[in-house]
Amino acid sequence: MSEVQQLKAKDFKSDQEVRWCPGCGDYSILSGIQNTMADLGIPRENFVVVSGIGCSSRFPYYMATYGMHGIHGRANAIATGVKVANPDLSVWVITGDGDGLSIGGNHMIHSLRRNVDLKIVLFNNEIYGLTKGQYSPTTPEGTRTKTSPYGSLDHPFNPIQLALGAGATFVARTMDVNPKHMKAVLKEAALHKGAAFVEVWQNCVIFNDGAYKDWTEKAVRDERTVNLVAGEKMIFGKDKDKGLRTDGCHIEICSAEDASVWDPTVASPGPAFLMSQLDNDPDMPRPMGVLRSVSKPTLDEQVWDQINDVKGKKGEGSLKDLLYTPDVWEVK
Amino acid sequence: MSSEELIRQDDVTIRFAGDSGDGMQLTGTQFTATTAQVGNDLATFPDFPAEIRAPAGTRAGVSGFQIHFSSRDIYTPGDDPSVLVAMNPAALITNYKDLKPGGIILVNTGAFTEADLKKAELDSNPLTDGTLAGYRVVEEDINQRTMEALADMDLSKKDKLRCKNFYTLGMVYWLYSRPLEPTLNWLKEKFKNKPELAEANIRALKAGYNHGELLRLFQGHYEVPKVEDAPKGTYRNIMGNQALAIGLVAGAKLAGLKAFLGSYPITPATDILQHMALLKNYDVVTCQMEDEIAGICTAIGASFAGRLGMTTTSGPGLALKTEAAGLAVITELPLVIVDVQRGGPSTGLPTKVEQSDLMQALFGRNGEAPIPVVACATPSDAFECAVEACRIAVQYMTPVLLLSDNYIANGAEPWLLPDIDSLEPFPVEFTTDPEGFSPYKRDEKLARNWAKPGTPGLEHRIGGLEKDAVTGNVSYDPENHQKMTEIRQAKIMGIRESIPTPAVHGPESGDLLVVAWGSTMGATRAAVERLQKEGASIAHLHLRHIWPLPKGLDDIFRNYKRIVVPEMNMGQLARLLQGEYPDARFEKFNKVMGKPFRARELKAHFAEILEEK
Repeated sequence: MSEVQQLKAKDFKSDQEVRWCPGCGDYSILSGIQNTMADLGIPRENFVVVSGIGCSSRFPYYMATYGMHGIHGRANAIATGVKVANPDLSVWVITGDGDGLSIGGNHMIHSLRRNVDLKIVLFNNEIYGLTKGQYSPTTPEGTRTKTSPYGSLDHPFNPIQLALGAGATFVARTMDVNPKHMKAVLKEAALHKGAAFVEVWQNCVIFNDGAYKDWTEKAVRDERTVNLVAGEKMIFGKDKDKGLRTDGCHIEICSAEDASVWDPTVASPGPAFLMSQLDNDPDMPRPMGVLRSVSKPTLDEQVWDQINDVKGKKGEGSLKDLLYTPDVWEVK
Repeated sequence: MSSEELIRQDDVTIRFAGDSGDGMQLTGTQFTATTAQVGNDLATFPDFPAEIRAPAGTRAGVSGFQIHFSSRDIYTPGDDPSVLVAMNPAALITNYKDLKPGGIILVNTGAFTEADLKKAELDSNPLTDGTLAGYRVVEEDINQRTMEALADMDLSKKDKLRCKNFYTLGMVYWLYSRPLEPTLNWLKEKFKNKPELAEANIRALKAGYNHGELLRLFQGHYEVPKVEDAPKGTYRNIMGNQALAIGLVAGAKLAGLKAFLGSYPITPATDILQHMALLKNYDVVTCQMEDEIAGICTAIGASFAGRLGMTTTSGPGLALKTEAAGLAVITELPLVIVDVQRGGPSTGLPTKVEQSDLMQALFGRNGEAPIPVVACATPSDAFECAVEACRIAVQYMTPVLLLSDNYIANGAEPWLLPDIDSLEPFPVEFTTDPEGFSPYKRDEKLARNWAKPGTPGLEHRIGGLEKDAVTGNVSYDPENHQKMTEIRQAKIMGIRESIPTPAVHGPESGDLLVVAWGSTMGATRAAVERLQKEGASIAHLHLRHIWPLPKGLDDIFRNYKRIVVPEMNMGQLARLLQGEYPDARFEKFNKVMGKPFRARELKAHFAEILEEK
């Protein structure tokens, strides 16, 4: 391709009717991703969207890119195959809290640890939607669902902590009801070279409506969340008058001017872990934005570097070389 | 040359048996490599425990390696060894009964202390209590001899003792007049960076060889002349897993694609992954994934991206790959799934042989999910079958199940290498033209077209949901599902047009037809040929393609009075054949002991049937 055509969000819309429930948070994520892709300067044919099973996983059918709707939990593994097979492609994984953290938890942590250059968007609605309302690995303890009529007993995962623990090189969080923030975060994820994990708080209007409303509704959002931006002070509040201050071990609320500067690029995942702990404190704002962004070699590029390295040393193997090794003998 | 008598033998079977830590597999493979280069035909059967190191000296820890070599064409690793090398009491007591009457037993008496006997659960010493009456027992303190040979070397006692397998190998080389050079060269290469270990093993090998001659332990020694009428050409000694790995890489090359293996270690299939990991300069990608499911899923992703995806496993792993195999069926992507069968169910007998995954290969998926099944018979046949599996996968846009087993995987034989020009390419043509494109547009074979990501204008979505036959969009339409199910089935059945009717080995009609598949081939062929020589009306039909079955089998089956199907399972192929050919009657003959059939037991069974007629 000599020149990349300027694409628009609508160029990424397939001709298929979108069949999520009216009011579902998935619509805004679909639009956010289509907008983000249009801005990347990547030809449309180089995008591949891979999903597993669940409401979110219908996503590839609504995209005018290459795509595969896989099987439950395995999107990361399928996508690893696509990306390693052809590193020139921009490969996106669409998954959910059940698909990506329960049945697919193993593939999730291993694709993160290997730093496969995948853009992993995890729609977290804290419920199983497609099977109509059972508790998921992110459902808060005590939640009443169809399979926990007396309250869920499971301790939930914090997706951010799981990704950090797995060694993810890029970890971020955004929400379905803030498209501007979502687009900014998705763009950073797309530009990151390596596995990028983005948790999206997504509202399920039918089975878990309002799960995030205490943090995401316009009236409370500024007070209850803090947007982490690299190189900027951690400031929050309607009037941007509050800040977070940390000594590396503790976080406390302070005035905006005393707030610490956020740096997601430090070698240690410690600060990001510390920030993710805010989720557990009802008096603290929850972190949004980019929690971690560090550079590491990616599996897909290393695989081909190694192949080219071996080819350089041994020469490109032919069929003849493959069969006729030095230990052959002749019968005349 | 020795003054001792040099006796000609045409057919010899030796079994090396020792503790798992004694290096018997290495001794066996070295003897095999040398024997192949001498020009004998051969077949081997390594038999080792699932435990890497069971308690030393116990019966559970005995590891064996049997090699059958000959001046003529042979099919099996031999029924009964004529020589047993026993490195300790446990190895002796668990193996001597298999020996031919009058056979030679070479015993390492250095491992026959009271404690050694106790570990082998022996109350008395079999060397002195009459147990071995009727055999020619050659006693030698191999431990002591090895220590003496290495007396002036600056190595620990432990390191010196570890050379005892090469001392033993030296003795057996002398006994069967084998040259030392191949092993000497191997040792020099292997211990390139540890010259003192190379030197120690070389000395032990030579000492064993010389002592064989000097100490006159044996009453003579033997030569097994090379096969005189062997087909001309270039040969290579090959093990099944290795041949399969090479075949997969060759298959991808013949398709004009790069091989992509997504796998997970599992006995006895791991060697394929290991071998392919070495072949990076053939553009082979190997990904050792986090589990069996990820192994097949990465391979599916790679096929979607335009590579030839492959995954290798054994029975329990195939069970885990089941759902993903169905995804490959419905997305109609090429994929080669290799199952190196072992004893089951569950973990079963991980290091032993069985053919009991046939039904799993054929039917082990949800929904109507037909997958072609190809089965290899011998180590060198594994190469051809791997190429064949790749051909079917890309020509029919389908996953293919390639069955091997533990006996083929670890067995070795000389392989007459094919002429490279004789390997017919089957190049893949990716769709690039957006005009009238639909992902489920099909060719005359019913294979859908393959458009890979990165191709402008052909952006499309595939997935596990049923698709419309025309548009490729998700479809819940009842008629469409019926139609797509029938198309997928018809596509697989159409593979019959591309496979030959197998030739019957023996008379075209007669009293008994033996139908076998997989590694049962060798013992069946040997048994049938022996009976044919005795004048029996018996023929052998080997099936490489298990699904779809080749055309013309009904015409073959009706020409024999009786048909028997020997299998290392409880009758899985027999059941399949009975269902497909209800007019014929298929008798079962089954063995699930973790050991292959012996030609002798098959011959006895076939003879019994022939007598009943």
